[in-house]
Amino acid sequence: MLFYSFFKSLVGKDVVVELKNDLSICGTLHSVDQFLNIKLTEITVTDPDKYPHMLSVKNCFIRGSVVRYVQLPADECDTQLLQDAARKEAAQSKQ
Amino acid sequence: MEGQDYMPGTASLLEEIDKKILVVLRDGRTLIGFLRSVDQFANLVLHRTIERIYVGKQYGDIPRGIFVVRGENVELLGEIDLKNEGNLPLEEVSVENILQAQRLEQQKKQDEQKKQYKKLLERGLQPHAERTADEFT
Repeated sequence: MLFYSFFKSLVGKDVVVELKNDLSICGTLHSVDQFLNIKLTEITVTDPDKYPHMLSVKNCFIRGSVVRYVQLPADECDTQLLQDAARKEAAQSKQ
Repeated sequence: MEGQDYMPGTASLLEEIDKKILVVLRDGRTLIGFLRSVDQFANLVLHRTIERIYVGKQYGDIPRGIFVVRGENVELLGEIDLKNEGNLPLEEVSVENILQAQRLEQQKKQDEQKKQYKKLLERGLQPHAERTADEFT
C-alpha cells in the first residue's frame, strides 16, 4: 500500500511512464489504484519512434503490470518521508 | 480486492464503459472498439472491434466483431477523441495492401534481428530473452 499512497500524493503532477515494451508516455497523473494501474490525461509523446499511433488519444489507462518506470521530477517527492514510511512498513510486517 | 470499484480517485475502467477506446496489446496489436465490460483483472469486452494495422504512414482496418481480451495481455488503453479521429495524418489502405506491407516490414525486422543475434554470439553473449509472463493477480 506504500506506493499506492505515494502515487495518490502525486495526482495532478506531470510524470513520464516507461512501459516494459519500451514505450514512453508523458502525461498528468489522474489516478492510481491498488494494482498501481495508472490513468494519465493530456498525454504526449516523448519517444516518437517507440510510440504506437495513438494520435487521437488524449487520456489513457496503463495496466500496472506493464510499467517499467515512472519518472518524476526530483522536487515532487520527499525521499526522507518515503524512507520513514518504508521503515515503518518494514517494522509492521516484521511483527 | 473487493470494494475497489467505487472508491473515488482510483484508476477505474468503469468510467470508460461504452466509450470508443483504443487498446494496445502486449503482442503489439492495436484494437479499437466500444468498451462494454471490465473486471478487476482489466479483462475487457470490446464491441464492434476493428484491428488496426499500422505500417509507416499507412493503416488498414480489419473488422473483428466482439472481442474478450484477457487483462494480462493489455499494455494500455486510451479513449479515442472522436473530434480529431477523422483527421489522422495517416493514409488508410485496403486490408490486402496493409497485410502485405506488414509482411515486408516483419521480414526486414527478422533479418535485422538475425544479424544482431549473430553479432552477439560472435562476442560470446547470449541473445535477448523474451519477456517472461509475470502475474501478480
